Amino acid sequence: MLEVKNLKTQIDTSEGIVQAVDGVSFTVRAGETLGIVGESGSGKSVLANSIMQLNPNPPTFYPEGEILFEGSNLLKLSEKQLRKIRGNEIGMIFQDPMSSLNPVFKVGAQLVEAILTHQKMSRKNAKARAIELLKDVGIPDAESRMDDYPHHFSGGMRQRVLIAIALAGNPKLLIADEPTTALDVTIQAQILELMKGIQEKYGTAIILISHDLGVISQMAEKVLVMYSGRIVEKGSVNDIFYRTSMPYTWSLLRSLPRLDGVAHERLISIEGQPPNLVSPPKGCNFHPRCPFATEKCLEIDPELMPRKEGHWVACILTEQEFEAEKERLESADREGVL
Amino acid sequence: MLQYTIRRLFSIIPVMLIVSVIVFLIVHLTPGNPAYLILGEDGSPEAIAQLEEQLGLDKSMAIQFVDWIKNILVGDLGQSIYSSEPVIQVIMERVGPTFSLMITAMSLTLIIAIPTAVFIVWRRNTILDPLFTSASLLGASIPEFWFAMLLVLGLGVAVPIFPVAGYVPIDVGLGDWIYHLILPAFVLASVEIGLIARMLRDGMLESVNQDYTKTARAKGVRESVVLMKHVLSNALIPTTTVIGVMIAGLLGGTVIIETIFTIPGIGQLLIDSIHRRDYPVIQGVVLFIAVVYVFVNLLIDLLYAFLDPRIRYD
Repeated sequence: MLEVKNLKTQIDTSEGIVQAVDGVSFTVRAGETLGIVGESGSGKSVLANSIMQLNPNPPTFYPEGEILFEGSNLLKLSEKQLRKIRGNEIGMIFQDPMSSLNPVFKVGAQLVEAILTHQKMSRKNAKARAIELLKDVGIPDAESRMDDYPHHFSGGMRQRVLIAIALAGNPKLLIADEPTTALDVTIQAQILELMKGIQEKYGTAIILISHDLGVISQMAEKVLVMYSGRIVEKGSVNDIFYRTSMPYTWSLLRSLPRLDGVAHERLISIEGQPPNLVSPPKGCNFHPRCPFATEKCLEIDPELMPRKEGHWVACILTEQEFEAEKERLESADREGVL
Repeated sequence: MLQYTIRRLFSIIPVMLIVSVIVFLIVHLTPGNPAYLILGEDGSPEAIAQLEEQLGLDKSMAIQFVDWIKNILVGDLGQSIYSSEPVIQVIMERVGPTFSLMITAMSLTLIIAIPTAVFIVWRRNTILDPLFTSASLLGASIPEFWFAMLLVLGLGVAVPIFPVAGYVPIDVGLGDWIYHLILPAFVLASVEIGLIARMLRDGMLESVNQDYTKTARAKGVRESVVLMKHVLSNALIPTTTVIGVMIAGLLGGTVIIETIFTIPGIGQLLIDSIHRRDYPVIQGVVLFIAVVYVFVNLLIDLLYAFLDPRIRYD
């Protein structure tokens, strides 16, 4: 349904051109959930906004690549053709529900706007449909809440409204850019449940972007791991979470705090900062922070290569080399604790 | 909302009280004897004594103040020394031209400033934006009296499209009324257009990359609607405050413009009364301007609540 081929997204900043998305390819099939995970600044959100072309243009450009949605290349469409897809074929929800609704308009009016933008119907019918949508996303007293303003809603409720807005056109694909990051954990679980329910009911495909590995493992079937604008590993949830042979993914997983860990134990982090994307390091982008790094990593910029069916990794280490080194690091971790 | 309005109306009382004290003191702060100043050097001692009695200057300050407040409360601002007519009547005769001028200037400002700001924000990555910034700065820094004379020379004398001066009341003819107001109103608006358009542009540029505009775009709403509905409605909120101040500025500006274009309004009345040392009228006009100012700001406050649902004041 959606096929992204070698997409490059550049942002023209005062310091130079940033390669925010650097040659990313993936596919999403109808009804499936693709998770995209990575640190802040790894290009996840720019990638999501690139699909809908919601990055401010200028300074964002798309010099290369294709985004094929149901056969048509979104990068080649006119603004008018794109509008027919936005909110209609593809819905999108954003990170911060507190600021994603217009504060000066009633919630009902914002929902009705989404419906009337794509569907020819009377205002009365649109209102009825809006109430139906609000009920669908689990907002109690939907009729009376139509006349409330966003500031009358809690964060979780606002995110539900935003999901209702994204669903207004019965989209085939829902892009959720960190939908639960700004919410507390119990609300987070409710919103994820809601998204799962919607997917089951309407068969909507979901691209779920998160830096939260827990959220991704709960929701996604396929996962992309992004680092400095590139995909460094892709595969099934099990490939990524249990059979990774990629130092970056392993470092992300290792830095998760563990409930069964020793109290007062220091949390493990990935040392250093994500690279400067104006002038990325030579060789592998991750080598300055990689505990597995060898001499060769300074020279060779690894490409995403298949390890086995459906599991792709961008690292020069073989599986055996990775396992041996991992064993050593993990035993060092244990000793550090003792 | 009603409760807020009432509360806000009550809060006007202390403001007006302070204003009336200051206006009352105008007569008493002028150095020397006002009666002497009014009559000039030729005034005989009898005439001065008579005028002092007429103005109540022979009584103690406290009694004078109480009398003054009492009189204001029943709408009596005293009598003009020049024309012997009640001050309130003199002012009311001059209100029409001034309000006409202000309303025309206001409308011109908004009609020009809002579309300009929207257009500039729509074309925000072009050369238009810096050009506009310089133009608005120029508009705000040109002195009104100079610009007025330039316009009169250009569009009144060299190419006589508009009348050089004068005022036609609205009941004589709507066309004639607006025809005579265009030039003076445009001069008054010239300062404000740049100011309001700049303010709106800044507000809109801030709003144009907000999350809620992204939500609107993600809905498939066309960019013109995003700008005119979602962005403008948010940018109007801070601009409203400036519009309130602007109306006060217009009221001050009319003093100069009415003199240049010989429009028989409040501003000209004030200048004439100062020349004539007609203290009761000066006091009346200053009080009147203060009242208008306070009520305009009350109106702006109420409008604010209407524009921004987050401050419904209850």
